[in-house]
Amino acid sequence: MWLFWQFRRLCTKVNTMHDMVLEVVNRLLLPFIQLFGMYILFHGHLSPGGGFSGGAVIGASLILYSLTFRFARVKHRLDHDTSVFFEAAGALIYVAIGFVGLFFGYNFLTNRGVFPLGVPGQLWSSGMILIITLALGAKVSGTILSLFQELLEGGSDEHGNP
Amino acid sequence: MKKVLPVLVLAAIGMLLVLTVAEMPTFGDGQAPAHRGVMDKYLRDSAQDTGAINTIAAIILDYRAYDTLGEATVLFVAVLAVSAALYQGEHHA
Repeated sequence: MWLFWQFRRLCTKVNTMHDMVLEVVNRLLLPFIQLFGMYILFHGHLSPGGGFSGGAVIGASLILYSLTFRFARVKHRLDHDTSVFFEAAGALIYVAIGFVGLFFGYNFLTNRGVFPLGVPGQLWSSGMILIITLALGAKVSGTILSLFQELLEGGSDEHGNP
Repeated sequence: MKKVLPVLVLAAIGMLLVLTVAEMPTFGDGQAPAHRGVMDKYLRDSAQDTGAINTIAAIILDYRAYDTLGEATVLFVAVLAVSAALYQGEHHA
């Protein structure tokens, strides 16, 4: 509980802080961090990585964004509803992919025979694995971001005041 | 008195888990089911079966995709628990 209140105090401080160095450096860094996260996601079936790690990188970049550019100010662009939407959409896509297999007369979450597998080693291959990786990435980044926003907004009203 | 039933249920579940652990193969056992064929099958067939050259992705998102679905549900429940713990009632939210 003590840790939680320390975190809240830190976030309130960050909410009112304005640092030009942080903003300029993050303006330069954030696109590359997110590009790297996208790379991990899209190459999940080719190289080490996948939905969980790529989603964590993207979620961390979004947390960095809302910490640097004052959460209250960028809230209209990155509010709690958005992160919850991405989280729920990721889970929903995962389950929907599973039901596609049932629809074609195979087991739940069947890949071979339902989705085109492509040539192993190419980017657009491996059927449902790529789709599920992207869905998991959306879900994990939404989870991380919404946990952060939940802690930030926990005891505050809708205008972001503590 | 109210706490007796949960304690009994938890003890039963714990007993079940301990019995399951006792049935598990010992560490490094060459005759364990994980070392008798399934490993070779993953390494040999995963590219043809799933189209993914990353065998780990093939295992967690194809052979054991149902397990990963449960893992994603764990994240979902975590967010739900944090929301519930920090919820302060209608007039505060």
